[in-house]
Amino acid sequence: MIRVVNLHKSFRAQKVLKGANLEFPSGKITTIVGTSGCGKTVLLKHLNALLLPDEGEIFVDGVDITKLPLNELYEIRGKFGVLFQGAALLDSMTVFDNVAFPLREKTKTSEGDIKNKVEGRLEQVGLGGMGGKFPAELSGGMKKRAGLARALIMDPEIVLFDEPTTGLDPILATGIHQLIARTHAEFGFTGVLVSHTIPQVFDISDYVAMLANGVIEAVSPPAAFRTSENPVVQQFIHGKTEGPIQVL
Amino acid sequence: MVSFLGQTGHFALEQIAAMGRMFSFLIFAIFLAFRRPAKIYLIIHHIKTIGVDSLSVVALSGFFTGMVLGFQGYYSLRKFNAESWLGSAAALGLLRELGPVLSAFMVTGRTGSAMAAELGTMRATEQIDALDSMAINPVKYLVSPRIIASLFAMPLLTAIFDVIGIFGSYLVGVTLLGVSSGSFFAGMEKSVVFHDVYSGFVKSLSFGLIITWICCYKGFHAPPMATGVSQATTESVVLSFVMILVWDYFLTSIML
Repeated sequence: MIRVVNLHKSFRAQKVLKGANLEFPSGKITTIVGTSGCGKTVLLKHLNALLLPDEGEIFVDGVDITKLPLNELYEIRGKFGVLFQGAALLDSMTVFDNVAFPLREKTKTSEGDIKNKVEGRLEQVGLGGMGGKFPAELSGGMKKRAGLARALIMDPEIVLFDEPTTGLDPILATGIHQLIARTHAEFGFTGVLVSHTIPQVFDISDYVAMLANGVIEAVSPPAAFRTSENPVVQQFIHGKTEGPIQVL
Repeated sequence: MVSFLGQTGHFALEQIAAMGRMFSFLIFAIFLAFRRPAKIYLIIHHIKTIGVDSLSVVALSGFFTGMVLGFQGYYSLRKFNAESWLGSAAALGLLRELGPVLSAFMVTGRTGSAMAAELGTMRATEQIDALDSMAINPVKYLVSPRIIASLFAMPLLTAIFDVIGIFGSYLVGVTLLGVSSGSFFAGMEKSVVFHDVYSGFVKSLSFGLIITWICCYKGFHAPPMATGVSQATTESVVLSFVMILVWDYFLTSIML
């Protein structure tokens, strides 16, 4: 389980997180929603200490990762897989080498086993036979799927998804959501998803958390989230420009 | 007045802090270079990108530098009836100074700028974050192998620059201007000692370190946007040039 306690983060004078508190239950998918630029990705990047908070703690399986030395932090990061917003594939490598990269760097798996495992993952995400292509030769959706294959290759306990459907057409976005749901059902990881594609994202989420004004305004299962009377949630769900969230 | 002093002090403190961060980065990268597992395949790859890929530009600039040295040396030495010392003047100039400095400039322009741009782009597209999130230290993976590779590649490139430069100088001095071939080589043999070769070698090693250090640091910490990458690339080249010249002055004064 991941627990975020009183998280504060500023970039120069801009206060992004102002005391965020949130728990991510094990084996469930929790989606963080919020307006563009509200700090969702910043919060996500704190969960595996890619960013360190100005104040507050993040507990992963009871360990506060904000105060760990680098070698212990890297052990904790071994539990995570991350799908970045732009997939963040290493552009000097083929898709196959990208997916194989963590196995080659972090394990002593034989090349034969790596080949079988990578090709299996690529098949699962619908990229069978595409391993020889370079990231620059892939479409946005294919990059996301290759990024997902890489995120899952080490069988992580926790997977972070940073806006996995941003910039994709609705059909492809649904396809990625279904892929996340399918892989979650298969591997049972703890999923943290950052998105603002509502209501589609509700279908794959166990919990939805609303980030606004630097704090978590509401957390609940999707059905309860939809009917929440919280004015921040209502404004976001209905896309109103007037309300407690200052838009313009 | 107080505001001016405050701003000056703040600026000075920021510069000192930036220097501290740069030195920490270098020490961390060197420390990681000695930690297992050694990234031999990456070191070989970067020896190719720094060394082999810069070979043509270094050879060409060495050739023309040597030829210019042949003309200029002949023009100056003729005033003292000392044309026969052309080989000595060219060899000493190239081995001690021009070889290390100009080949370092070429490598900065050819490879250093590419390093900064590549790492800056990796930062902007979250590839460096991706490495970090996979528990792969990005400094060990991206920077340390480049530093080690530069320590192999720079002295070799400098040696090639020196040899081709001396050949260029020979072509102009002996073939075009009529200096005797025997006196060209005899002067070189008499005046060039091991210390001259050694000082050029030390310079080339340290320039290699400076180039990869500055270019990797600037790229690694580039602001994650297109202008950030271009700014990092420009800064890395300009700062490398300046640092090469400053460090050259210190080394020359120590090793003269």
